[in-house]
Amino acid sequence: MNEPILKVNNIEVVYHHVVLVLKGMSLMVPEGAIVALLGSNGAGKTTTLKAISGLLPLEDGEITDGGVEFQGRSLKGLAPQQIVRAGLFQVLEGRRVFEDLTVEENLSCGAYTRHDRAGIKADLDKCFHYFPPLKKRFKNLAGYLSGGEQQMLAISRGLLARPRLMLLDEPSLGLAPLLVEEIFGIIAEINRQEGTTILLVEQNAQMALSVSSYGYIMESGRVVMDGPTERLLADKDVQEFYLGLGTGGGRRSYREVKHYKRRKRWLS
Amino acid sequence: MDIFLQLLVSGVATGGVYALIALGFVLIYKATHIINFATGEFMMIGAYLCYTFLALSGIPIIPTFILVMLCAAVLGFLVERTILRHMLGQPVISIIMVTIGLSSILVGLTEIIWSSQFESFPPLFPRAPLDLGFVLVRSTLAYGFAISMAAVAVFALIFKYAKAGVAMRATAGDQMAAFSMGINVKTMFTFAWALGAIAAALGGVIVGNIGGISPVLGAVGLKIFPVVILGGLDSIGGAVVGGFIIGVLENLAGGYLDPHFGGGVKEVAPFVIMVLILLVKPHGLFGKEDIERL
Repeated sequence: MNEPILKVNNIEVVYHHVVLVLKGMSLMVPEGAIVALLGSNGAGKTTTLKAISGLLPLEDGEITDGGVEFQGRSLKGLAPQQIVRAGLFQVLEGRRVFEDLTVEENLSCGAYTRHDRAGIKADLDKCFHYFPPLKKRFKNLAGYLSGGEQQMLAISRGLLARPRLMLLDEPSLGLAPLLVEEIFGIIAEINRQEGTTILLVEQNAQMALSVSSYGYIMESGRVVMDGPTERLLADKDVQEFYLGLGTGGGRRSYREVKHYKRRKRWLS
Repeated sequence: MDIFLQLLVSGVATGGVYALIALGFVLIYKATHIINFATGEFMMIGAYLCYTFLALSGIPIIPTFILVMLCAAVLGFLVERTILRHMLGQPVISIIMVTIGLSSILVGLTEIIWSSQFESFPPLFPRAPLDLGFVLVRSTLAYGFAISMAAVAVFALIFKYAKAGVAMRATAGDQMAAFSMGINVKTMFTFAWALGAIAAALGGVIVGNIGGISPVLGAVGLKIFPVVILGGLDSIGGAVVGGFIIGVLENLAGGYLDPHFGGGVKEVAPFVIMVLILLVKPHGLFGKEDIERL
């Protein structure tokens, strides 16, 4: 395994000074890899990403314990724009394109922290190569794009920032299955071609594990299981609760589910 | 017919000046979603600064304009940094009250620094009225119109094409996303306040040059409300069109109706129009209605 580019060390996150959301969350992302962060609603996946990218204070959250290290440097106290400049870019959940701006202007916002015109131009061509529909829609208002096109735009903005590490928050959200497959294919290609390290948050565990090499599974604010993708895919619990591959497909009694919950506590 | 043309042309010219002042509101509102009720006082300060540099210090006209713009930018910068920044995330009504309070403070400061006397401006421009062939336009109004339009064009270009302008619009659209792009949102707010203050101060200089200055010059700022509401608070094009509509209608109402009602119609007309238009189009004529995707 390569050197870790990102280390999250046992962080604790509190919202509004009272709500404890992350309770000792740790993870590690090796340089050049795609790492998946899975878990159900409210497990704290998005919070983890925002804690890394410095967006937490905007929602009145703060890291009260532990720390985040990016390329061996602590990100403590850095403002979001400094973190972007350091090479860490988060693609927010729900696309969040600037609806009143054209596709072109949206993309230029992605490259906001850069000043090398030639490099930006080259990366723009790359975006068109990965996402051809954007070229056709270049002068259109982003608000009028389809959901899939908006997701392409959101990822392209990330590409144009030329990050070393991209945090992708639920790229499959609200997209048709075929489109999801296409987007994930492109994410894998970006990782291969551009060497961008990716930390991927997903509810669609199947899709996420199909492109990643290592996975973490979160539940109520901490990691309950992690391992190389093959091991996670082979795990009985993961199969049942995240991949929907029940054993046999017959009805199961509630007792067995509870049994799982008991076991889960030992796991964590 | 002659009277009509005369009223129309001076209405358009006045409207151009209104458009510039309206930009003072729009530039700030667009980026920060704050309505600056002290815009009129920014105008007044601009006018007094111009008066000081030009009449009291004897600085030539072009450097005076540059100095006024610089000072206005500093004023906007200070107001944002020292006051509004601490109001981030507070309820809208508190922020509005803060800007209203600010306007009183600025009036008070002006009276302390310059006295509350009415002063008339030294002539900025050649006095001969501009002859358009069919009508004559007062030179102060004609030059004021030209300067306003040039300034509006510059502001519009900044917003449309400059990197900072695009970033400001992005910030207005989605702050969290703007942060995630690495845009320094707080700097954008400061920048917007500086630009808004410049627009207002320039407008103030022109208004002061037309009618003289006193600490109540800011009251003209109130008249701009119909303009911005009409055009939509977040639209530069709307501010321009709104300015023309209000300017022309106000002049026509003044010219034709005032004699029958014993005066006052000119002052009321913009607000009547504002109410009527809001009844039909609550977002203003050009205001942004959110794009809804289904």
